[in-house]
Amino acid sequence: MKFLSVHNHETVMDGGYLQLLLAAPFVLGLIIYLLILTKRKDQQTWPLFRTVSWIGGCILAIGSVAGPVAELAHHDFRMHMVSHLLLGMLAPLLLVLAAPMTLVLSTWKVEHARTLSRLLRSRYSQFVTHPVVATALNIGGLAILYRTNLYSLMHEHMILYVVVHAHVFLAGYFFTVSMIYVDPTPHRESYLFRAIVLICALAGHGILSKHIYAYPPAGIPVPQAEQGAMLMYYGGDAIDALIIFFLCLQWFKATRPKSTCKEKKYSFV
Amino acid sequence: MGSNSNHASSALVKRNKWSGLLFGIGLAAFIDETVFHQLLRWHHFYDQSTTDVGLISDGFFHAFSWFATIGGLFLFADLRRKRGLSLKKWWGGVLLGAGFFQLYDGIIQHKLLRIHQIRYVENVIVYDLVWNIAAVVMIAIGLLLLWRRGKEA
Repeated sequence: MKFLSVHNHETVMDGGYLQLLLAAPFVLGLIIYLLILTKRKDQQTWPLFRTVSWIGGCILAIGSVAGPVAELAHHDFRMHMVSHLLLGMLAPLLLVLAAPMTLVLSTWKVEHARTLSRLLRSRYSQFVTHPVVATALNIGGLAILYRTNLYSLMHEHMILYVVVHAHVFLAGYFFTVSMIYVDPTPHRESYLFRAIVLICALAGHGILSKHIYAYPPAGIPVPQAEQGAMLMYYGGDAIDALIIFFLCLQWFKATRPKSTCKEKKYSFV
Repeated sequence: MGSNSNHASSALVKRNKWSGLLFGIGLAAFIDETVFHQLLRWHHFYDQSTTDVGLISDGFFHAFSWFATIGGLFLFADLRRKRGLSLKKWWGGVLLGAGFFQLYDGIIQHKLLRIHQIRYVENVIVYDLVWNIAAVVMIAIGLLLLWRRGKEA
């Protein structure tokens, strides 16, 4: 129980404003998306699936950084892992499927849209959404978090806590964007290349999970570390299966023989 | 199918084997996970005797087979919509892939890299024999299906 003594209930970690700070971007994102949607002239043409996906992604992200899950995550490694699976994998996937950039580009004034599309085509954007870079940011970040003392430091320093959570979300988002192309993607990689990198990322995630199981991070009770590691392993598999599915589905649609046009019903991604 | 599409159709026939092979690897891994890890609980999530290479090999093999399960099925759907499906060839590929996975798992991963044993009992050799012989039988039937079909086509 060494870990519990690290923080007491009076520290800033339990302060509601920390949760508010982390949840605010997602609350704002939810409001802005819905506002833009109401401003659209042809609302009927925007697929309902995307709107539902955005709302779901925002709610999951908010639920992972604020409220009961976030509070329990401070003291329980298993809850921490649930929160990270939601914040770093499932919420980003749902947000990517909601095509936010497409919504903005097709609704904003031309000059604003041009600025955004320039940003999407920038070298920075090209760099962080390259499959190999995004995988390194994602899996490398997790390795540093769990294989150094960053995990326990994060619970003592508020700034580290915020930075780690922002990184987990952004790395998850860029990784998903690098694998499945929903929004306009100026820099495209082949399906085979993305498949190979995705397999490597999934392998890295699994290896890291089992490594945590074998060598629990300092200060975490062994049973909690083992269960948390298994959650990371199987939870990661489940969400990665969805990314694999969408990557394959996009290949399936792109290689459709020209004579058959029956696959229109899959038009949600 | 017209004569000008012969070249394309022979490529499609070959694809049956690859689709089956990928799906077979994935299927064997899936059965390994659900039946031996989760339902019977014979396999352990992690074994203290696992070597570092074993951990890495297991990670990559697991990731590859997970992708192969889904990717193999999409290739299957692709063959169907292009009317190039040959079930005998596909099943040949499935058995070959599943047999290969089981043999690799049974000899390299269980025995050499020691990631975990089939079951934690005294006479594990019996389990090992059944496991690996079943794998060889699957490979043999798979190859037989692929060869026989090859002669007909």
